[in-house]
Amino acid sequence: MLGKLTWEAIPFGEPLPIVSGAIVGLTILAVLGIVTVKGWWPYLWREWLTSVDHKRIGVMYVCLGLVMLLRGFSDAIMMRTQQAIAIGPSQGYLPPEHFDQVFSAHGTIMIFFVAMPLVIGLMNFVVPLQLGIRDVAFPVLNSVSLWLTATGALLINMSLVIGNFARTGWWAYPPLSELAFSPDVGVDYYLWSLQISGIGTLLTGINFVTTILKMRAPGMNYFRMPIFCWTALASSLLIVAAFPVLTATFVMLLLDRYLGMHFFTNDAGGSQMMYVNLFWAWGHPEVYILILPAFGIYSEVVATFSGKALFSYRSMVWATLGICVLSFMVWLHHFFTMGAGANVNAFFGIMSSIIAVPTGVKVFNWLFTMFRGRIVFTTPMLFAVGFIVTFVIGGLTGVLLAVPPVDFVLHNSAFLVAHFHNVIIGGVIFGALAGIHYWFPKAFGFTLDERLGHASFWCWLVGFYLAFTPLYVLGLMGMTRRLQHIADPSWRPLLLVAEAGAIVILCGILCQIAQIYVSIRTRERRLDLTGDPWDGRTLEWSTTSPPPAYNFAVLPRVETIDAFWHMKRTRQPAQQRAYKAIEMPRNSPAGFITAFFAVLMGFALIWHIWWMAILGFLAAIAVVLVAGWSVEREQEISAAEIAQMERAR
Amino acid sequence: MASSLQEGLLDPQGPIASAERLLLINSTAIMLVVVVPVIVATFAFAWWYRSSNQRASRDLSESYEERVEFVVWSIPALTVILLSGVIWIGSHQLDPRARISGTSDPLRVDVVALDWKWLFIYPDQGIATVNQLVVPAGTPVEFRLTSATVMNSFFVPQLGSQIYTMGGMITHLSLLADKPGEYPGLSANFSGDGFSEMRFVVRSTAAGEFNAWLGEARSSGSALDDAAYAELSKPSKAVPPATYRSVDPKLFDHIVDRTATGRDTTGMVHQGGG
Amino acid sequence: MTAAAVDTAPAAVPTGLARGRGGGGPAPKRIVVAYGFWIFILSDMVMFSAMFAAYAVLYGNTAGGPTGAELFNIRNVFLETLCLLFSSYTCGLGALSAERRDPTRFLIFAALTFLLGTAFLVIEVTEFSGMVEKGAGPTRSAFLSAFFTLVGTHGVHVASGLIALIYLVAQVVVKGLHPAILRRLLCWSLFWHALDIVWVGVFTLVYLLRA
Repeated sequence: MLGKLTWEAIPFGEPLPIVSGAIVGLTILAVLGIVTVKGWWPYLWREWLTSVDHKRIGVMYVCLGLVMLLRGFSDAIMMRTQQAIAIGPSQGYLPPEHFDQVFSAHGTIMIFFVAMPLVIGLMNFVVPLQLGIRDVAFPVLNSVSLWLTATGALLINMSLVIGNFARTGWWAYPPLSELAFSPDVGVDYYLWSLQISGIGTLLTGINFVTTILKMRAPGMNYFRMPIFCWTALASSLLIVAAFPVLTATFVMLLLDRYLGMHFFTNDAGGSQMMYVNLFWAWGHPEVYILILPAFGIYSEVVATFSGKALFSYRSMVWATLGICVLSFMVWLHHFFTMGAGANVNAFFGIMSSIIAVPTGVKVFNWLFTMFRGRIVFTTPMLFAVGFIVTFVIGGLTGVLLAVPPVDFVLHNSAFLVAHFHNVIIGGVIFGALAGIHYWFPKAFGFTLDERLGHASFWCWLVGFYLAFTPLYVLGLMGMTRRLQHIADPSWRPLLLVAEAGAIVILCGILCQIAQIYVSIRTRERRLDLTGDPWDGRTLEWSTTSPPPAYNFAVLPRVETIDAFWHMKRTRQPAQQRAYKAIEMPRNSPAGFITAFFAVLMGFALIWHIWWMAILGFLAAIAVVLVAGWSVEREQEISAAEIAQMERAR
Repeated sequence: MASSLQEGLLDPQGPIASAERLLLINSTAIMLVVVVPVIVATFAFAWWYRSSNQRASRDLSESYEERVEFVVWSIPALTVILLSGVIWIGSHQLDPRARISGTSDPLRVDVVALDWKWLFIYPDQGIATVNQLVVPAGTPVEFRLTSATVMNSFFVPQLGSQIYTMGGMITHLSLLADKPGEYPGLSANFSGDGFSEMRFVVRSTAAGEFNAWLGEARSSGSALDDAAYAELSKPSKAVPPATYRSVDPKLFDHIVDRTATGRDTTGMVHQGGG
Repeated sequence: MTAAAVDTAPAAVPTGLARGRGGGGPAPKRIVVAYGFWIFILSDMVMFSAMFAAYAVLYGNTAGGPTGAELFNIRNVFLETLCLLFSSYTCGLGALSAERRDPTRFLIFAALTFLLGTAFLVIEVTEFSGMVEKGAGPTRSAFLSAFFTLVGTHGVHVASGLIALIYLVAQVVVKGLHPAILRRLLCWSLFWHALDIVWVGVFTLVYLLRA
């Protein structure tokens, strides 16, 4: 009846997962309780859960990413603490079967449920506004994407209390992830949560490629698109081209695990090397899916706060597209140590270092944008400058790892761990934080507290260097990654410094929480009434903060790059307000309900509860069929209503 | 057992590790030529062009300059061209499969990754060891490597290059230790619950000492027959070093075949509960 | 498939110039929907390429089990191919009738397409069950795992296409050839033709090159 699910799945005997699970559970219950007591459900349902407005969806994505950041970060601090104390005779407080889950969950959550939602959330919020349009190409699909991503996040967190998570690292290399070596449900949690959220991500990619290529404001040709839209386009193209590979790979691993096939098994002709190849054929583009939009954010931020147009916009665009294409030709550098021949290794090493060229061009262009500018050091700009310095160091160590013989001694070492945190924290996370600070006033109509923002930046920056410089050194000293116990007592001082760094980052996160709280409390004093708090350059600043549901009462006509900047300069006469009726998509509960059944199905598949899996699947399909039945899914806002709303603003 | 990893790759003890360290230093130096000025410029621009600086001369309309554009593409391109040469040459010279020219004939060692220990078979000497590898200093060692379980990576930081060990497949690696000493080795690819204790010691000895050790190994310990191997291949953690006085020289090939056909591993449950 | 779910583009500026290339603003809905569906099909093709790659890698890994040459009945497969290719033809005729607002002809061609698709599936399922009976199921070897997965995934696509077809026909019957439904039919026929292209790949790489 309940498949593999029994009471034994809940680790009553182990305080750690039970306590942390209880805290998470109580928090969720408390939130649900408050919402119920205050009677907020109708509002939440109407305005958020069923919303198909790209701005709302973007905000929800970012919230999901920030909440999961707390989860992923608590994993990080647990690992750092374990490595700081489990040295020599001490075994620390996490036995291997826990430690291995913690680092696997940390990687999986940070990549798929922190970095991805943050990046996709910002894309959602910003791209239609920058393009001067009213929504994305497929708004209901967009809501489905969001809720499928949330489904994956929920499933992965269920593994905390019910059963366990994978103990394979976030790549889940077979044969370790095969049934023979991982017979419990951990890997199934990993696979199903990523499969379900992966579908959401793929749909987002399709949605944004279509939106950006087919739905721009009148007059906005390709080379008038804001640079963030270019990077969002590149990222979406990569999603469309890379995520299906991950889906196919996971299908194969699932078939191995559920039906006894032999794609990646040791025996019967399976090939574990094929998994590694396929995984990184997705995995390397994934790196650029994350970092390219972050590059776009830095470009917007640096240009705005230097008071200058982005230096050499065209070469920025070509650099972005170059990275986009090259990212598919470098996957083998993730496993130079597999024993491929020298020619193959050298080819992929050279291709990998070639990516440093367009990336280097970008860095120089940011520098020349700052050069002779008037730089205002707001929080986003601090993150951007911190990023440039940090990222060139990450780039240097990255190119080092692209030299095959150097990789032979640094592969899978703490040096590698330091490198990719260097580019992911210093690149993606700083970018997302810069973007959140930059566009927050647009989303909510008031700015964030700058003092706490600065404090948070300095904590993140200092904490990052404290946490990861020691890992670079330890990697050179021969420390490999994923060690639950450390034999060499002479590493202790450096590991303690790394632990201190993690705590400083924690302070940064606390500052951000305080910042959001303080800013909300003092929002009356920090209202953005102009809609343009930073003297912005692109169209999102031309509408009010927050923008109306339809974004623009009249679609802007674009004549140049940095359209809004030129509109402000040329002081165009106030646009004639001949409003026309606007058709906007209606709210739809399809996404939320589909996701509800996807949770049921995913959970049932993980625990082999076949009847429930079939039921969940059929119900999800039924929702799609019901939602797809109607032919009129727009509601019209009449010209008179728009005129009224516009006057009220 | 030397638990200390000493200084890892910073203290190379063989030609491969030395060459790799040199490559590491050279590549870093090439890139620092670009990276250091960029970092300095970032700080300088950020400081000088801050909005409160009255002395800075500004030009807010400037957004393109062809000469700058040219330089901006050339600098990274030239650096990468230089590095590409380094990569191409380095990859060929330090190919793990390439033979090392030494003063004497190479020693052959077959390596099997087990859960969670290392089995070293000396096919020509007819002995085997677990979690300790004794080699004569100055003699190239030619490894053939496989795994009877999940993927691992064989790595002795002070001797250089690591390489994966994979079930049903054979990888090749040549290493050489310059002088006598003890060098820690490990698995560098996560392989399950016993991974952090999957360490071994490489003891590099003078040639005479090596022969004495061989004699000692041949006359003590047990034989690694099928029953002993079956026992050994069961999962176990932090296994102390041991020697076997005799071994079937074909054992390595049998393990490769058996893993690939599945008689040995199917149904083998390798992780504890929890 | 998702034809129904994707069909929710907001109102576009109704101008003949609009192609979304920055001339007249956002492209009309018909173009947006078809374009988005095209991108979806492309992503599906990428997924199939990963499976083709897996098949190519594992093709020789029969682990002592039967090879393709011993298993495949080329005559049946040829029949199967004819069914699918011909169903694409009827699908095209159906799409034309729908464009011409001729529901009766559309329904006839839709029924023919459905029958041919079903015939394809019946032959495929018979082939699969015959192989499993012979002890050549997907668990026998890596080669057979890859074979069943590649061909089976295509089969699952065909089956979901057939279900979507029933659903769309029901919409046509109930609501007539509304522009929104015409857009969905357009997407469906794109999907159906794409499955043909994948099948040509399967037929060539799996069955014709079996030796």
